[in-house]
Formats: sequence, structure tokens, C-alpha cells
Amino acid sequence: MTVLALIEHDRGRLVPAALESLTFGRQLADRIGTELEAVTIGSTADGLAAHLGEFGAATVHQAHHELLADFSADGWADSVVTLIGTGNPHAVVASGTDRGNEVLAHVAARLDAPFVANVLPTGLETGADRNSPWHLTRVRWGGSLHERAVLHADVKLMTAALHRVDAERADTPGPATPAPFLPVLEERAAITIVRDRVERTAGVTLATASVVVGGGRGVGSPEGFAPLEDLAQLLGGVVGCSRAVTNNGWRNHTDQVGQTGTRISADVYFACGISGAIQHWVGASGAKCIIAINTDPGANIVTKADYAVIGDLHEVVPAIADEIRRRRD
Amino acid sequence: MRVLICIKRVPAPGARINLTADGQAVDTTNLGFTMSPHEECALEAGLALVETHGGSATALTVGRPEAEEQLRYAASLGVTSVVLVPTDGNDWDPQRTARAITGAVEHLEAGADGSFDLIIFGNESADSGGFQVGVRVARALDRPVVTGAKGLTVDEDVASIRREIDGVQEVYELPLPAVVGVKEGINLPRYPTMKGRLTSRKATVDAINATGEAGGQAMVTLLSPPEVASHLVVLGDGVTAAPAVVDVLDELGLL
Ligand SMILES: Cc1cc2nc3c(=O)[nH]c(=O)nc-3n(C[C@H](O)[C@H](O)[C@H](O)COP(=O)(O)OP(=O)(O)OC[C@H]3O[C@@H](n4cnc5c(N)ncnc54)[C@H](O)[C@@H]3O)c2cc1C
Ligand SMILES: Nc1ncnc2c1ncn2[C@@H]1O[C@H](COP(=O)(O)O)[C@@H](O)[C@H]1O
Repeated sequence: MTVLALIEHDRGRLVPAALESLTFGRQLADRIGTELEAVTIGSTADGLAAHLGEFGAATVHQAHHELLADFSADGWADSVVTLIGTGNPHAVVASGTDRGNEVLAHVAARLDAPFVANVLPTGLETGADRNSPWHLTRVRWGGSLHERAVLHADVKLMTAALHRVDAERADTPGPATPAPFLPVLEERAAITIVRDRVERTAGVTLATASVVVGGGRGVGSPEGFAPLEDLAQLLGGVVGCSRAVTNNGWRNHTDQVGQTGTRISADVYFACGISGAIQHWVGASGAKCIIAINTDPGANIVTKADYAVIGDLHEVVPAIADEIRRRRD
Repeated sequence: MRVLICIKRVPAPGARINLTADGQAVDTTNLGFTMSPHEECALEAGLALVETHGGSATALTVGRPEAEEQLRYAASLGVTSVVLVPTDGNDWDPQRTARAITGAVEHLEAGADGSFDLIIFGNESADSGGFQVGVRVARALDRPVVTGAKGLTVDEDVASIRREIDGVQEVYELPLPAVVGVKEGINLPRYPTMKGRLTSRKATVDAINATGEAGGQAMVTLLSPPEVASHLVVLGDGVTAAPAVVDVLDELGLL
């Protein structure tokens, strides 16, 4: 019996969250005293095996099939179900990303088994034997609330909540034996395949920008964002916004920060004319430093921020830009 | 074209989420209710498809009788029929919810109007975020499913679905009948018109009793995550604070 970690990749490019979930899986395997195994899907990912060994995977199962050249929720789930059939793992762990959650939902639906999305590394109680229920803590509301849950299942299916486990190499790295296998794919896997695919050359994105200048309802109009654009450009950053802004059609949803938008990881986030609703906060709180600019000293974002300027953003934002230019001259 | 949209009533918290004393629920004493933004977009997507191709849109929820409020909201937007699968009050686990929806769909499809060409879900519910109910329903009904949709069009009997993951845009083509989970940003949801609001008051809410057992995941209690201590420094009022802001940027090495 083992813990099986599903390794998320895109055409062989490892997704950073995959190493988090692999580390989560290793902690789980250590706890229940079993081996950690990994599975990569599609031959494009074969080259990952040695690296996964450094993170403690003893065996790396490699699903090979002509339908698995690209991601496919059905094909990936069928591959995992094939391995569950042959290896009978204790638990299957994937990353708490869109794809990770999607694939495990498909696995769970096939087995008619429960699947717990976005589990935290803390508070896990795994029980003495295979059939004992597990207790675990998962995130809700995009992370603003936790839930204690009990899980009764033969194979425990779960994803690791994002950015809650640091990817760490194993003290005693395994040899990572590659184990190619032919998954049993259902007919469906030939239907729900990617028909077309475009890779966008990502410049600075909202998720990765080091500076984000965010605007909310207080900006007042699409044109009102011009000074925010200016400030962002001066600092090599990008503009973000709240849902009030996207709902008004002032900006595209790709700029939205929050529970149903993007989680940022900036060094600095300027929150201008944003009240700081919990659903916005879960997207903004990944920033290392938050500077709120708001007319209301009692606004939630102001009380939670690192720094605040009380005033009209339409005056304050241009003044900051002017000051930057003055000092750079 | 016959479309079904599945929505879930959830509280609409503001600055923070407070829990009831027993930790079993969000304290909604001073809160309104809503649905996930993804589901608002699911409604919009369903209504837009019916406008383009003709047919009808139905909205369905599994929840307490109060969830009628969200169904009437859907009706005010133009959904032609609304269906409530009443629960006993407590939130159901994802397997049980999926079984209840599947049962209701089978019941509705056995009627004179026949099958749904498309069943639209949100990518995830706002409160519990299980990322699975739509996938389970699709499986139970033996229909293809793609989640995370940021684009959805139907041509003849094929649904084209576009989604974006980590800078990669993928296109899928699913033969109808199919299931799709949509994400906010796929469209800009409409607001109810005055006329819509008035007619929605008179809409009949059809009730279908739930079938299906509880699944293997059960909530024990809700917990508030530890609060991060605030170290707020007020840099000043208005434009006079600009130099202090730039000092902070300088300290952080951003100049
Ligand atoms: C399930 C769910 C998911 C959600 N997901 C998201 C999400 O992903 N992202 C998101 O942002 N929201 C999300 N929301 C919406 C969220 O609850 C809030 O409604 C939204 O964030 C409010 O946007 P806002 O702060 O811009 O507007 P408001 O709350 O109206 O705040 C405007 C702020 O601007 C200030 N202000 C006004 N004029 C000025 C001025 N001239 N200068 C300076 N300050 C000024 C005001 O004092 C106020 O603080 C979600 C809601 C739900 C229910
Ligand atoms: N109680 C419910 N009633 C109707 N639809 C639901 C319910 N719960 C979840 N759904 C639908 O399933 C989607 C995914 O939910 P979840 O698996 O909880 O993240 C939601 O966006 C809704 O479209």
C-alpha cells in the first residue's frame, strides 16, 4: 500500500504546485508509514522521473498512450483509476489547481468515492488501519474559512491546497524507478481531447507581477484607471481590479483579483478605492506589502493593510507617480 | 435547445465571515444571500444560448426552501422554469448533492420536454468549493464534461468550449448532450429588468424530492483561520503622503 501523487505537468513542463502536492504526499506517506509513489501521464513527462525521485518518489508510474499527448481530464482520470486498480494505494494526492481538482473529481466520479478538495497539511488524523476514517482540514471560501471534515473511503482522494506546503527535497531521495504502463482508457477519452491549443507568451501577468496597482469601485469609471496604469508602468507592474469593476464592465475579468479572479503574489499591492471584502482579500493577501488608498479610514482594507493613505485616489495616485519621477530625475 | 443551469444559494459575507456558536454554519444574521459568480455566469451563458438558438432555460437548486430567492432571481433574468430540490436544512456533501441533481434531471427529462442538450454548472460553489458536483452529475448521466470554461458556443449538436490554464488556451468539442462548468469572466451577467422582477414573483417553483444517500465526506465543524496581526502604518492624508509612499517603495527596492 502506498500514497500515490499525481504529478501535474503541461506537455512535460512541471507545474510548480506539483512539487507542493508531492511533498504533501510524502508527509502523508511518512505519517502512515508507507511508500510514496508518483504518476506522470503522457510520455512527454517521462523526463521528470529523476527530479521526482529527489522529492521522495520511490516509483514513478508513467502512463503511455497515444491519446495522452495533451492534458485530458478523462484520460488522466482513467490512468489514475488503472493504477488504483493495480496498486491499491491508501491515498491519491493531486495539486489543488484547476486541473488537479478536475482530474480527482473525475476519478472520484468513476469510483463513486468521496473526494476532498484543497486539504491543508495541518490537522490530519489518518487512523490506525486502512478502513479507519480520516480527519482533515480543508479550505472553503477560497481560503477565508476552514472546514474540519471526516472522510470514510477505501482510497482517500484529495488535493493539497495551494501554497500551504513548501516543496522540499527528501532527506533520503529515492532512486525513482520508472514504471511505464498502458492505462485502460474509456471511449470518452477520445472525445474529450484538446482540439486546439494556443500557448500565450506570458509577459508580466497579474499572478506573477511584482507590483500590482489595483482599483475598485472608487475609481469610478474605465477612464479613471489611466493614472493607475501610469503608476503600474512606472514600477514595471500591472493593473488589477475588484469585482465591482469587472461587473460594471470597466475592465476585463482577467484583471480581477480575488476568490473568483486571480491570486496575486506581488511585492507591493496598491489597493485604490477598494473596500477589502473577504473575497477580494483572499486574492490580495498573497502580496508581501499592501498599501491601501481610501477615503474611508474605517474601510476593511485600510485596517488590514501594511500602509494606508487616507484620501482621494484620483489625487493620491498621480502624486505618487510624480514623486517617483521627481526622484528618478 | 434545452438548457439546465445548476445554482447554489450561499451567504454573501462582507469584510469577514462569522460563524454560529456551534461552528456548524456561517452566521447569516446580518447577511444577504447570493450564488457563486461562476453560477451567475452559468445563468448568463444559458440564457444567451437560448436567445441564439431558441428553446428554454431551466434553473435548479438543491437547498432549503429559502433558496427560492435565488431561483426567482434566475426567473427575473429570463429563465423559463425553476426547480427546487428541497433539503432538510444542513448542507449536503458533494456526492449526495450530485445524486440529488442527477435524480432531478432524470425526473425532468422523463417529462414531455425531453432531455437537456446542455447542463451548465459553476466551476466551483462559492462556499464549499468542492470542484466536483458537475463532474459527478455528468458521469452519472453518462455525458461528456469539461469544466473551467471561459468560452462556450454551440453549433448544430456540438458545444465548443474554450478554457485557459497557466497561459495555455485549450479548445474542446463536445457532442450534445453535454455538461459544462463555467468560470467567471466567460461573459458579463445581465441584471434583472423591472418587468423581469415582476414576472419572477409569479413564477411557479416546481419541487422535486431528492433521491440518493449521503456520501463519504462529512463536515465536522467550520473554523475561522487564524487572524494575521495587522501592522498598519498610516502614511498620511491625501497628496502630502506621496513622499512617504515613495520612501516605502524605495525601502523595498522598487525604485
Ligand atoms: C462568492 C463571491 C465571490 C467574490 N469574488 C470576488 C473576487 O474575486 N474579487 C473581488 O474583488 N470581489 C469579489 N466578490 C465581491 C466582493 O464581495 C465585493 O462586492 C467587491 O470586492 C467590492 O468591490 P470594491 O471594493 O471595489 O467596491 P466597494 O465595496 O463599493 O468599495 C469601494 C471603496 O472605495 C472607496 N472609495 C470611494 N471613492 C474613493 C475615492 N475617490 N478615493 C479613494 N477611495 C474611494 C470607498 O471608501 C470603499 O472603501 C465576490 C463576492 C462573492 C459573494
Ligand atoms: N446545492 C446545490 N444545488 C444546485 N447546484 C449545486 C449545488 N451545489 C453545487 N452545485 C453546482 O455544482 C457546482 C460545483 O459545486 P462544488 O462541487 O460544490 O464546487 C456549483 O458551481 C453549482 O453549479
